[in-house]
Amino acid sequence: MSVVETIQHDHAEVHDPHQQHHFATAEQQQDASKIGMWLFLVTEVLLFGGLFVGYIVMQGRFPEAWKSAHHHLQRELGALNTVVLLVSSFTMVMAVQAAKLNRRKQLIGNLWVTIICAFIFLIVKYFEYSHKYHEGLLPFKAFYSYTGPQVPGEFHFFSFYFMMTGLHGFHILGGIAVMLWILKRAYAGEFTSQYYTPVDLIGLYWHLVDLIWIYLFPLLYLIS
Amino acid sequence: MKIFSTDHKVIGKQYLTLAFFSVALGIVLSLIMRFHLIRPDAKISWFATLWPVGATGGIMTPELYLSLMSIHGTLMVFFVLSTAPQGGFGNYFLPLQIGAPKMAFPVLSMLSFWTTFLALMALLASFAVEGGAPLSGWTAYPPLSALGQVAGPGQGLGMDCWIVSIALFSIASLMGAINFITTILDMRTEGMNLMRMPLTCWGWFVTAIISLLAFGVLLAAGILLFMDRNLGTSFFIPAGLVVSDQLQNHSGGSPILWQHLFWFFGHPEVYIAILPGMGIVSTVLSVFARKPVFGYRAMVYAMFSIAILGFFVWGHHMFISGMSPYSSIAFSLITLAVGVPSAIKTFNWLGTIWGGKIRFTTSMLFALGFVSVFVSGGLTGLFLGQPAIDLYFHDTYFVVGHFHMIMGVAAIFAIFSAMYFWFPKMYGRMMNDNLGQVHFYLTFIGVYAIFIPMHFLGILGAPRRYADFKELEFLAKSGILQRITTYSAYCTAAAQLLFFGSYFYAKWRGPLATINPWDATTLEWTEPSESNVVNHAPDVYSLPGEEKDFVMQSDQ
Repeated sequence: MSVVETIQHDHAEVHDPHQQHHFATAEQQQDASKIGMWLFLVTEVLLFGGLFVGYIVMQGRFPEAWKSAHHHLQRELGALNTVVLLVSSFTMVMAVQAAKLNRRKQLIGNLWVTIICAFIFLIVKYFEYSHKYHEGLLPFKAFYSYTGPQVPGEFHFFSFYFMMTGLHGFHILGGIAVMLWILKRAYAGEFTSQYYTPVDLIGLYWHLVDLIWIYLFPLLYLIS
Repeated sequence: MKIFSTDHKVIGKQYLTLAFFSVALGIVLSLIMRFHLIRPDAKISWFATLWPVGATGGIMTPELYLSLMSIHGTLMVFFVLSTAPQGGFGNYFLPLQIGAPKMAFPVLSMLSFWTTFLALMALLASFAVEGGAPLSGWTAYPPLSALGQVAGPGQGLGMDCWIVSIALFSIASLMGAINFITTILDMRTEGMNLMRMPLTCWGWFVTAIISLLAFGVLLAAGILLFMDRNLGTSFFIPAGLVVSDQLQNHSGGSPILWQHLFWFFGHPEVYIAILPGMGIVSTVLSVFARKPVFGYRAMVYAMFSIAILGFFVWGHHMFISGMSPYSSIAFSLITLAVGVPSAIKTFNWLGTIWGGKIRFTTSMLFALGFVSVFVSGGLTGLFLGQPAIDLYFHDTYFVVGHFHMIMGVAAIFAIFSAMYFWFPKMYGRMMNDNLGQVHFYLTFIGVYAIFIPMHFLGILGAPRRYADFKELEFLAKSGILQRITTYSAYCTAAAQLLFFGSYFYAKWRGPLATINPWDATTLEWTEPSESNVVNHAPDVYSLPGEEKDFVMQSDQ
């Protein structure tokens, strides 16, 4: 397949094995990757931005429901997850730094901690989701069966809660998959202080995922 | 030729082929609609064959008319106007013009084309599924689009196909935008500083920035709409809605929210369609007037102004949605302000050809035609941008005429201009200029004959998206306008056969082209073996005292 062909290289010339032929220098390639990643993050911000606008419009319509519905969320678990993600962001920075300084063991260690934090986040989220599912608060046709006292519009709060945290959760899952791949490459010793672009890029991505949560947490859990 | 090629030239041609197919299908759909509008009771046997449910016995139902209209709009806006100028010519010529060996991310280019292809397949699949294609137009306003089958035959699975198609298209456009911006920022050859780029590259650059910011929001809106339809949320569906005599089990959503999200994308989308055309036209006018672009920097800044203003005018599509009159005034003022950079561009185009030694090639004619329809289409925009007048014109044929002129025809003229201009580079052969001239004049007269009567219909109050006007007594005498429009559409569509014929003939049998047939200056017209270090601006023509009347960018 042609994809493979363009990625594989003709090693007749002596050059950095990671450098693709259409770039004049390794720096140019690195710049391209970084610009590309930043632009991707812009699209992510706009994607979540659209959802945040929806959230704000609906919150304006049902301010009372927002206040009352958020009591169903477990604030402690949300706070715990915030801490977990902040720690993972820190270890991610350390991983990038380690790659930059050629410290392979430190890179691998920090990546592992980041991945474990990501899993902890998802596990906590699982307990939160299942709790709400059992309360009947899943805002989908067949599932929303909550009969306790509620203010009109709480349904919408949970629509946004599941929509936004769900999409964010998928981003965490995707991040874990890419980090495992990078971990594998780190074990193989592919990253040096000359070439660690993938570590750098997943770092940028991970900070954005963290940042989105930093907005989601107060908007959903601390709204009153 | 590899199917999953990562070569930017192959990908460019693939995009153009996809756009060709889409435009042909879109034209056929519009002809069927135009036919129905002048003969709503006609019995056509092959309608019944094609659409056994939508046209039982060969008589078209209003629902079928609406589904044809929806697919026509979606095809033309997304798969033609957003695809050919940017994905097609952009992929092919951007690397050549800035002297880059490839796009920055060749695999991403390939993925972006094939995602677009999947999106087109998803859209066309809507014809085949139960209930047929969706009815809610390219804007897909809820609640109609959010309720499912109960709202109409095409609103079931067909509407889901539409959402999937648009979501895929958004993802493909985002991939393309990332690739274009990175390529322009990082891959320019030595000496090609930003202000030496041909204006075509600026057009693609600004368009990519708009796509980058707009399509993410459309994707978010699409996800919400999909959830409303399939998971039972009520983001866009209000409470107490009775449709087809059934009370809908939804609560408290806001259909207006969709309009905000959609038009935050939708208005910039208009500029996604037109800005690459502006770049192409600037270059073509300069080449064939043998003069530098008048006010190159002003052209660049005007493009950026249009792009920035374009993100703050979405409310002018919603003047009658019950928004506050104060918001209306704000949106209106910003909308009318778009006229300023547009006028800068128009006057600069006139300045470019002023006193030039004009060569009236087909490409040049289409570029001049672009300026003409851009002005005529833009002027009616000044009517629609004012709330007081828009209250009357909203959802009438005046709007249909307006946006077909400024967005459809203008962008198509730029595509034609680009095709005639770059054909020698793409296929190494020349298209026939005489045929091209005939094609131009027929098309130019044809589009005015189609769309000017639509403006009059709109002034009379003819509502858009109606399958027939029999019941509307105040339009009883307007049949002549409908007939002029329809017959002009037939003729103009027939004239396009000239283009397709000429295109395919030239591709295989046309006379061989020289390396630089238009005496142009930009890098795509150099021999591949020549150095592509840039020493000059993109438009150095007619230097006094020089033997040759142009200087290539790579000349010493």
